[in-house]
Amino acid sequence: MDASETARTIRFTLNGRPVTTTVESHLDLVDLLRRLDHFGARESCGQGLCGCCTVLVDGVAMSGCLTLAQLVDGRRVDAVEGLDRGGALSPVQQAFIDEGAFQCGFCTPGFVLMTHQLLERNPNPSEGEIRDFLAGNLCRCAAYPEIIRAVKSAASRMRASAAA
Amino acid sequence: MTIHRPLPAGQVGRSVPRLEARRKVTGRAEYVHNLVVPGMLHTKVVRSTVPHGRILSIDTAAAEALEGVYRVVTADDIRTVVPDPWYGPAFHDQPVLAIDKVRHVGEPVVAVLAEDPYVAAEAAQLVVVEYEPMEPVFDEIEAMTSTAVVHEVLKPAGTFPDLKHLVGRRDTNVALDYRLRRGDVDAAFAAADRVFEHEFKTQQVMHTPLEPMVSLAEPGDDALTIHTASQSPSFVRIEIARLLGWPENRVRVKVPYLGGGFGAKLYIKLEALVACLALLTRRPVKWSLTMEEQFYTITKHASTFRIASAVKDGHVTGRRCEVFWNGGAYADIGPRVTQKSGFTAPGPYDIDNVAIDSYALYTNRPPAGALRGFGIPQLVWAYESHTDLIARGLGVDPVAFRRRNILREGRPQATGTVLRDAAIEGVLDDIARRMDWDKPFDRGSGTTQRGRGIAVGFKASIAPTTSVAIVNVAADGSANLYLSTVDMGQGSDTAMAQIVAETLALRTEDVKVVHPDTDVTPYDMATLGSRSTFHAGNAVKLAAEHARDQIEALAKSLGLPPGSNYGPADLFKKKYGMQAGNIIGVGTYIPDYKSPAPETGLSDNVTPFWMVGGTGVEIEVDTETGHVRILRMVNACDVGRPLNPKIVETQISGAALMQLGFTMFENMDLDGGQVTNASLADYKIPGMHDVPDEIESLITEAEQHSGPYGAKGVGESATFGVSPAIANAIHDAVGIRLTALPLSPEAVFRALREAEGNTGTDAK
Repeated sequence: MDASETARTIRFTLNGRPVTTTVESHLDLVDLLRRLDHFGARESCGQGLCGCCTVLVDGVAMSGCLTLAQLVDGRRVDAVEGLDRGGALSPVQQAFIDEGAFQCGFCTPGFVLMTHQLLERNPNPSEGEIRDFLAGNLCRCAAYPEIIRAVKSAASRMRASAAA
Repeated sequence: MTIHRPLPAGQVGRSVPRLEARRKVTGRAEYVHNLVVPGMLHTKVVRSTVPHGRILSIDTAAAEALEGVYRVVTADDIRTVVPDPWYGPAFHDQPVLAIDKVRHVGEPVVAVLAEDPYVAAEAAQLVVVEYEPMEPVFDEIEAMTSTAVVHEVLKPAGTFPDLKHLVGRRDTNVALDYRLRRGDVDAAFAAADRVFEHEFKTQQVMHTPLEPMVSLAEPGDDALTIHTASQSPSFVRIEIARLLGWPENRVRVKVPYLGGGFGAKLYIKLEALVACLALLTRRPVKWSLTMEEQFYTITKHASTFRIASAVKDGHVTGRRCEVFWNGGAYADIGPRVTQKSGFTAPGPYDIDNVAIDSYALYTNRPPAGALRGFGIPQLVWAYESHTDLIARGLGVDPVAFRRRNILREGRPQATGTVLRDAAIEGVLDDIARRMDWDKPFDRGSGTTQRGRGIAVGFKASIAPTTSVAIVNVAADGSANLYLSTVDMGQGSDTAMAQIVAETLALRTEDVKVVHPDTDVTPYDMATLGSRSTFHAGNAVKLAAEHARDQIEALAKSLGLPPGSNYGPADLFKKKYGMQAGNIIGVGTYIPDYKSPAPETGLSDNVTPFWMVGGTGVEIEVDTETGHVRILRMVNACDVGRPLNPKIVETQISGAALMQLGFTMFENMDLDGGQVTNASLADYKIPGMHDVPDEIESLITEAEQHSGPYGAKGVGESATFGVSPAIANAIHDAVGIRLTALPLSPEAVFRALREAEGNTGTDAK
């Protein structure tokens, strides 16, 4: 079967904006985002094991490289590019900068999105909970000690601003 | 942006956040991975399925017939654009696509091009290549004498004068033999009280940068632009120009940020093929490797190290080192590893009588090159395990034994080069102090046994190498730095901007670093071997000083008294009547160096600086399962004076954690030359849970007097001590000695059972 025969028009929101586009059945979400000039989610291992391609679909973190693009039809997709929509960095992004929680930066968007997910569910995670939740994200530069510090710092900033 | 009057110094030594930090946390940093060019084709290569074999036939008909395939290319097509298509940094031994025979599984044989990468991948499956298998050799020791010969004739590149003697050597797998002789080793062994002799092995592992290797070539009018995730844009330009027979200025190489390098993206990798394909098709061509393909492209040398020491009155008086480096099918930079690392094989100890033989070997494995340490972690693994065994054999505390034998400032290293600015003892002391080495230690109980270990290593810098930098001061006093050093995460943009800012009294944040673009940025040998802070840093400082001198001269020419508080912006305005003009400062740096003498391997100036790193660990062994848990890890390095302490600390912990993976579990499983675990599903790299409960990074008090603002490189230093420190701690905990990496639970378990006299093999 020709790839064009499997193409389908889908509608979804990307970082709050409606998108209508036609995608082939084999296309994955990372490639779809690339077509839409969003490069923050990146395919690295291609098997959903490294977390570089993390994207939120209806608020749930997914491996973009294992998610078929047609499956986001009708859903809400949030990529890292949406976090500073208002011009300011998110508290997690700022904490990553302040703690120096990255080196090459290739895995960073995945860690940032997963940290948001963690802190939404658990505003005050212990170090063990942080390690468990982020165990599916890999950083070959191994900035893990700094990432753990950044998550703790972001958590306390967000708790402080929620209390205010 | 307003540039204010000169600021007080203090830019150097400040933990400035990375200049590109915002781009990285928002996902907007540029990588070649993201690059899309109009009209671009994607290529997928067909790879060899046999480790060693003659190519009998290649059938591309079915692939060419697939709808959407643009072209299918073999070595014959490559030769229409490059008549002699053999490349490499040390040897010209690697074909752009396989010619006549293949030398490892995964070697590129055919390239398929299509606009749609999925079509290219499908078509690559349709190419049929027939091979006549040849006898392979995989082991580095067997390769010394095997009848299987990987390359019929050695083809060293002209780049390195000390490889010239190898030209035309035939029917050998020994690509380079380096030897060093100092003192009278035989006499030292004859006079020894005790002789210790061991053999240590390391396994083949891979860099796994998370941005897989990628290059994109765009053809132009009698010109070529290559966008590449490379650590060495200047070398790519020179090597592509050589292959094409073009002048350098017609090849433009551009490098944005790298998603990790670690040595994988050095010298020339994908660039030669994309260059040829772009010229053949007259279209831009992008080649993106998958994670799996990286395992067949470049790896870290597996090795065997036989080490023997003569000991008299508690001092090591003689040492023999025989090191065998498994270089795989293509030399890459292996021969340099063999020599540059080989001469430090006896370790950071004061030993008068030394013999070293270091061999680079071709085998039919995927090629090996440089990986964060240029061979040093393999050597330290052996000599620090060995040193620990000697101390234990003599009944001396391992730290006390090291202190007794350590190489001190002003004493000659094995090559004869006198040690300067190398805080070997300082690093050892810092670790021992942090670990309370002299205090009692909880040794655990029952099936949980605890132990601790320590190890230190050192490394010479690659030499002699050149860096050039340009600082451009604009009419408002802001500055651009033009430099071909690649920021692959180590923070070079920020550190170099700090040097410019310190010298010109600017704010680091007001210096903009122009990324490597060989049409614009000047020559830099490469971003490797922790050389940039020292070499590029010195060039940058010279360039900034050159600019500063011109600013001072401008002030003088305008009749201003020395020390007047006019800023550069005022000077430009006074000179040109408006905001106009530039001041360009240029700096070139190459250190002094003396190549080792061919017969003795000796040199009295073998390196411009020494890197020193060490590790101490406290561990827990579960004697029922062999599982080792690292409770605490202390890493210390001599980095000279740190330019940016926070980035330095991240480099130290990052390097140590990477080496932790190579120590505890990373291992390429090979079966008949095939990598059976070439994916992150089966090849595990360190994650969150592998970080020790406590990890500390110490910057040892030191200064590199010849370095920029007292600094030197740090990228590799914390890798040195990790593996032997852990093996030494396991020995301390449970009395077993592992001599091969990785230190897997299975290896520990087997050694424990063997020590009990239960090998598990006789229970049939």
